[in-house]
Amino acid sequence: MAKQIFEGITVADFSWVGVGPQIARELAEHGATAIRIESHKRPDTLRTTFPFKDHTPGIDRSAFGTAYNTNKYGISLDLTKPKGQEVAKRLIKWADIMTDGFTPGTMEALGLDYEEARKIKPNIIYYSTCQMGQKGPLNKFGGYGQFGTAYGGYCHLLGWPDHDPLPLFNNYTDFIAPWYLLITTIGALLYRHKTGKGMYLDQSQIEAGISFLGPLLLDYFVNGSVACRMGNRDPYMAPHSIYPSLGVDRWVSITVTNEEEWQSLCCVMGYPSWTNDPKYSTLLSRRENEEKLDSLIGEWTKNYDPYQLMTMLQDAGVPCGVVQTAEDLFNDPQLKKRHHFRFLEHKVIGTHAYNAPAYRLSKTPNHIWKAAPCLGEDNEFVYREILGYSDDEIAEMLVEGVITTEADVPDVLRSS
Amino acid sequence: MSQEITSFLDSYRVIDLTDEKGHLCGKLLGDLGADVIKIEPPGGDPARSNGPFYHDIPDSEKSLYWFFANLNKRGITLDIECPDGMELFKRLAVTADFVIESFKPGYMDSLGLGYEELERIKPNIIMTSITPFGQTGPYAHYKTTDLVGISMGGMVHLYGEQDRPPNRISAPQFYFLGSIHGAIGSMMALYHREFSGEGQYVDVSCQQATVLTLMIAVEIWDIHKVNYRGMGPGMFWPRPTPPGPLFNRRIWPCKDGHVLAMVAGGAQAGMVKSTQALVAMANREGYALELEDFEWQKVDASTVPQAEVSNREQLIGEFIRTKTKAELFDEAIREGILLIPVTTVKDITESPQLAFRGYWENVEHPEVEDTITYPGWPVKWTEMPAYKPKRRAPLIGEHNWEVYGNELGLSPEQLALLKARRVI
Repeated sequence: MAKQIFEGITVADFSWVGVGPQIARELAEHGATAIRIESHKRPDTLRTTFPFKDHTPGIDRSAFGTAYNTNKYGISLDLTKPKGQEVAKRLIKWADIMTDGFTPGTMEALGLDYEEARKIKPNIIYYSTCQMGQKGPLNKFGGYGQFGTAYGGYCHLLGWPDHDPLPLFNNYTDFIAPWYLLITTIGALLYRHKTGKGMYLDQSQIEAGISFLGPLLLDYFVNGSVACRMGNRDPYMAPHSIYPSLGVDRWVSITVTNEEEWQSLCCVMGYPSWTNDPKYSTLLSRRENEEKLDSLIGEWTKNYDPYQLMTMLQDAGVPCGVVQTAEDLFNDPQLKKRHHFRFLEHKVIGTHAYNAPAYRLSKTPNHIWKAAPCLGEDNEFVYREILGYSDDEIAEMLVEGVITTEADVPDVLRSS
Repeated sequence: MSQEITSFLDSYRVIDLTDEKGHLCGKLLGDLGADVIKIEPPGGDPARSNGPFYHDIPDSEKSLYWFFANLNKRGITLDIECPDGMELFKRLAVTADFVIESFKPGYMDSLGLGYEELERIKPNIIMTSITPFGQTGPYAHYKTTDLVGISMGGMVHLYGEQDRPPNRISAPQFYFLGSIHGAIGSMMALYHREFSGEGQYVDVSCQQATVLTLMIAVEIWDIHKVNYRGMGPGMFWPRPTPPGPLFNRRIWPCKDGHVLAMVAGGAQAGMVKSTQALVAMANREGYALELEDFEWQKVDASTVPQAEVSNREQLIGEFIRTKTKAELFDEAIREGILLIPVTTVKDITESPQLAFRGYWENVEHPEVEDTITYPGWPVKWTEMPAYKPKRRAPLIGEHNWEVYGNELGLSPEQLALLKARRVI
């Protein structure tokens, strides 16, 4: 196999939950050696969240806990113990990149902040990521990505204009923030390559999320307009909505961007008589009569299978797509062709799916070879082979609880 | 050490052929300091018609979408389909480190400007293609808009209310998602080039970029064979029957709007402390909640009956209704409550946190004699000067003379000829 892009780059991944680990994962899937450092005493929240194998909670049973940790070695370490901090410093000495995803001040209290880290490894690249950024009046607000979506304006923009705003199940800003941080981290690696110097990176996840509302923010700054949720309407297209199709809770999206597409839609529908009505013959009239227009289109779509509708309309050149469920994604021939879901054998969960990156590199394709680690799975390899501890030292650290074990898991987190 | 480095990408050039599907990719590389030359077809990029508009004046030089997505780029016009246009494009490509494009798959090849040809004339070129579904596959030629794309990517199904169609976010996301992954792939290819000397081709799928945002929707299907579906103001967690799915409220009406809050117990880090603090606040306000001594840590999410949870949510909801967003958020910050206001774009611009971090950037727009505020870069760095926008989005053909005349050495007469024949 060709040399991987980040072969030789080492990552000490102290981060947790949704954002920080995703950057380290992308690097590890392109050749970096990454070690994820965790503790049984306070396991990553994702390890204690659905979905669990067989619906049975357990720190190694959640597919949320595995999702962002392919190709990483996993160790257990109690950073609150002085000796744990010594181990951490050995990891820092080993690492090119060090990550932090805790509430601001946590790493400082542990003596593991950037200033301390660079004393040990002067050219280290160190990133911190949290909701609000390291400093500022709200810096200690420690929420999850869903809080970012609320504070970042997304909830207000989701739902029906006459109803309450809606939550974003997927903690959406958690899936914008990592990409900004990854781009910047690769920039820092380039900078280090050219100058020999490391760098500290401080991310606000909320700022990252907000940036994807750029045009609406400018609309407020320039015009004073405060954007609101519009259901599935769009200010610049009609028809533009989600329509019912055959099946239980099955839907398709149909959007028309020009007159040609409108004519094609009418043709596929078989030119029902209402399409001759002046109420629907121009863009302006369609926009004016959009509610009725949508119900007329829905009367037609509801008789067809969603995939049949998509094929008929796409063949006629009309942008149309099935509102795909997660199950649909696994069956999607396009995603299959792209090998989007990759299946690896996890020690506890068994064979399950991991997402591929959205970009494919022609000469240095990504490579996954290791399912996410169980907590502490690679202790022996990392402590002995990478960090150079002797068997006696390792045994002592186990006895002292520096290397945490299953026995350190708080009772409330144990499977019943 | 040679010249001082003042930005991540200041020694690199990007030739940007994208339309709205890829605009953000070049912008992000420009944000990091690259010299991005946006090539538009003569007359201008169609996305210049995308609203909203400056002072609500629909004009191709006043699109706020364009302002945002093409910040930090220079702009030239060129018809790359005619022989003169192809020739000029190749002369530019030779000066470039990256070429990014978002045409239909196969289009660049059909012009003889695909990766193989570009690699022949510039061996270490990095070419990045951003398309809705990627370069190959049964849907590769499907037409998309934002709504169609995020529907196919599985995002829409996660949002909405029961008994109504699912929803999209009322702000386009699909192409921004593809574009940011295009920027990652481009950066990775550049890092590889620094060591190996070789360029490569980067093929991005906006659909895959969307699937990557679904959090655990994919895993819930994979493990439990349940399709997550948006169900109104909260989240449901798939549990086998009995006891069946558990619904937890997340959006709560308050006195002057809405807040998002997690009210639960069990094992989650910080959750019990947060919920106890919220109940304590209610009690201090004279709301003698029967939850005062409730042992939240004993709640087991895998067995707790829905009726119990709904009852507790009702009690807390009644208290939340009596308070304003600001009152609730102040207490949340003080006491570590997992609660935050649901904000509008206006509220965002007034955030003291964003102001403290200097997130907002002012950009001069001399063409409208105005200064416009833009979002900044969400990661701060040391060692180099902080992020600062270096130029507003280009006007149509604004840098034609600078690029064709000064850099490629075309004469004014030659440019006039190309203009007359609509090559530029």
